[in-house]
Amino acid sequence: MRFGVVVFPGTWSDRDCGWVIDQVLGAELRYLWHKDRDLQGCDCVILPGGFSHGDYLRTGAIARFSPVMESVAEFAERGGLVWGICNGFQILCEAGLLPGALIRNDALQFRCEWTHLVCERTDTAFTAVVERRQVLRIPISHGEGNYFADPPTLSRLEQHGQVVFRYADEHGFVVPAANPNGSMHNIAGIVNERGNVLGMMPHPERAAELEIGSADGLFLFRSLLDSGVKVLTA
Amino acid sequence: MIARVIVTPKPVVNDPQGLTVKQGLASLGFREVTDVRVGKYIEVNLEGSSEHEARRRVEEMCRQLLANHVIEDFRFEVEEAPAPAEVPSG
Repeated sequence: MRFGVVVFPGTWSDRDCGWVIDQVLGAELRYLWHKDRDLQGCDCVILPGGFSHGDYLRTGAIARFSPVMESVAEFAERGGLVWGICNGFQILCEAGLLPGALIRNDALQFRCEWTHLVCERTDTAFTAVVERRQVLRIPISHGEGNYFADPPTLSRLEQHGQVVFRYADEHGFVVPAANPNGSMHNIAGIVNERGNVLGMMPHPERAAELEIGSADGLFLFRSLLDSGVKVLTA
Repeated sequence: MIARVIVTPKPVVNDPQGLTVKQGLASLGFREVTDVRVGKYIEVNLEGSSEHEARRRVEEMCRQLLANHVIEDFRFEVEEAPAPAEVPSG
């Protein structure tokens, strides 16, 4: 299993992702520069958090035109695993690889805090070792994580079970008080219909060692290691 | 040519910035304010095309990059760019 971590100018969570892949999991790691088109045979491409291209115009608006994103779109089209975290989620929405958009937090504040996520899909490569309705403690760090989609898109997402994570309280109840940014339906993460492209605002790579408060993020990384991807790479 | 593009959040999109500005105006005594929406103003200078062609191109720019159709509406006007100001001599 080879992970690729894309680096745009202004990306800040690439090394955190790299640390987890390389040092915590001992998996194979490649950093992919935004100007390169070669995905170097990676089985899963991560678009990490940060402020790609300064978030000028809109979050992710400029990054989506990077050469690497053409390859990422083709890779996703072929069924390759693409995982957008925070700014990566925003880029995937701008690129049209996931529906909807992330707008400014309803409280206008940049929110950097622990959240609880309830997992509603355990049949994806990203969540294969997570229990259904399991609550994960994973932090957020964003000013624009307020998920928006028009009503038809939102009902399509719900009908197809594309919501993977929702902000919840520590017991897993999806309540308004647990929503840190105003996201519709408390949405924290969604997949495309095919299930090979995941976007989420919280940062699993910052919750991968107990020393820093939680290792729940490892469930996602381990899922990728343990899932059907082995078949693809075998 | 010069294009003046205005990008606004769609009416159905919650605009927390606008809401906060509205509250600010209310606290300054502007009680008549019923709604505020905050958008973006973008000036684009284009080389030597007709107004018709410029409009077509700017429309494309808006669709492809300047606005996100999921959350934003756009409108623009196109006109001849004013002649550059002469640098005073002496």
